[in-house]
Amino acid sequence: MTNSASETLIEMQNVDKFFGTFQALKNINLEVKRGEKIVVCGPSGSGKSTMIRCINRLEKHDQGHIIIAGKELTDDVKDIDAVRREVGMVFQSFNLFPHMTIVKNLMLAQRLVRKINKVEARETAMHFLERVKIAEQAEKYPVQLSGGQQQRVAIARALCMKPEIILFDEPTSALDPEMINEVLEVMTDLAKEGMTMICVTHEMGFARSVADRVIFMDAGEIVEEAEPEEFFKNPRNERTKKFLSQILTH
Amino acid sequence: MIFDLSLIADSIPKMLAGIGITFQLMALSAFLGLILAVILLLMRISGKWYLSWPAQVHIYVFRGTPILVQIFIIYYGFPQFEFIRESIFWPILREPFGCAVVALSLNTGAYVSEILRGGVLGVDRGVLEAGSALGLSARHKFIYLTTPIAARLALPAYSNDFISLMKATSLASTITLMDMTGIARTIVAQTFAPYEIFISLAIIYMVLTWGIQKTFGRIEKYLSRYVKP
Ligand SMILES: Nc1ncnc2c1ncn2[C@@H]1O[C@H](COP(=O)(O)OP(=O)(O)OP(=O)(O)O)[C@@H](O)[C@H]1O
Ligand SMILES: [Mg+2]
Repeated sequence: MTNSASETLIEMQNVDKFFGTFQALKNINLEVKRGEKIVVCGPSGSGKSTMIRCINRLEKHDQGHIIIAGKELTDDVKDIDAVRREVGMVFQSFNLFPHMTIVKNLMLAQRLVRKINKVEARETAMHFLERVKIAEQAEKYPVQLSGGQQQRVAIARALCMKPEIILFDEPTSALDPEMINEVLEVMTDLAKEGMTMICVTHEMGFARSVADRVIFMDAGEIVEEAEPEEFFKNPRNERTKKFLSQILTH
Repeated sequence: MIFDLSLIADSIPKMLAGIGITFQLMALSAFLGLILAVILLLMRISGKWYLSWPAQVHIYVFRGTPILVQIFIIYYGFPQFEFIRESIFWPILREPFGCAVVALSLNTGAYVSEILRGGVLGVDRGVLEAGSALGLSARHKFIYLTTPIAARLALPAYSNDFISLMKATSLASTITLMDMTGIARTIVAQTFAPYEIFISLAIIYMVLTWGIQKTFGRIEKYLSRYVKP
């Protein structure tokens, strides 16, 4: 595997996804290179979550090809496991393991999936907890933390697996306004360090300052794809214009 | 009516002589019943009809009939079958104690497997998805995420079933077992004082229930340490 900056890490080719007879994704084509940061936006129900959940097989695509770091996602569990090793995910509702302390949350998958010993797993956990500025909470349980803190823990948990790519599904939508920035800061730091990221968010300030490309989805399709400058100044599609006028007036 | 206190004072120690049998019935049936419940649960959630159906039939039958009838069928009915008399289980099924344990275990297993299933269904899907996203296998997710979370969710209902089981052990007295109820019935036959004796017996069971409730309350508190700040 080459390590060049132009290496393609995520490739979606003509991907369709159905829920029953309802088509949630229509002919999705997306290419993400190493180190790129993509922001995905669009109205509710447009398929943003479904698209990124197909990338780590939380949803199974029905048509087309998804190739992650050179591995195609098939029904083979080995392929799915291999892809999940490369891809971290951060959810809107944090989804920490409620019955484990923060540090145990970060150690579990290291121990079970990467077979790392306890001492080393704890070291890695503490390292990433420090990076998200929350090391002093290591022995607490998730409920004892604020939403912003929990989301930072969730990011640290994903980082512990040393993924090539991190997917964010509206990581700040469930947070009180005063906590949004602490999470965005961590994400911005990650972006600066060169992490490959796909981020579903309506935080347009974040999109402007961090994204290499902004993707607009509507009704299961990628409607527009452009650099943030261009995307916000000169949206070409009518649906994009309408969406932006709604979201930017907030 | 005169309430004979000295009779109560005399009979309580006698009945307590049967508490060992009551405890043995309760502990053995609870243990075997829990194992059966987990097996039935795994069969039900396996997604394979040939495992799920037998489990559902078992649950339906044992929840749909009185325990007393189940005890009678096993105690009076099973010896009629040659293959049971010749099986390795005969030494157990020949004894009333074994029959009572088998009946109580089969019964509590059916109820508890439904209780556990409720717990499993109550586990937040998002938490399991986070496990998948981190690369945990289905087995690892079941062991490290579903089981502990479901156990906490199921505990209050389980403690109720445990109390029901403790009280149901008294039915074993109908097939000649000398548990506390069995002893009480003998004393009543001798003294013709059902009122005093059965009230004393009821008080003993109530104290036991109180003890079980306290114990489960502690466990619940421990398992819920992560629920509220
Ligand atoms: N498991 C499912 N079963 C059936 N339909 C689903 C399922 N998941 C999503 N859908 C449907 O697919 C469409 C796309 O959903 P998706 O969650 O991807 O939208 P979204 O763009 O992420 O919206 P939001 O901004 O509300 O999160 C929606 O119409 C939704 O109702
Ligand atoms: Mg969504």
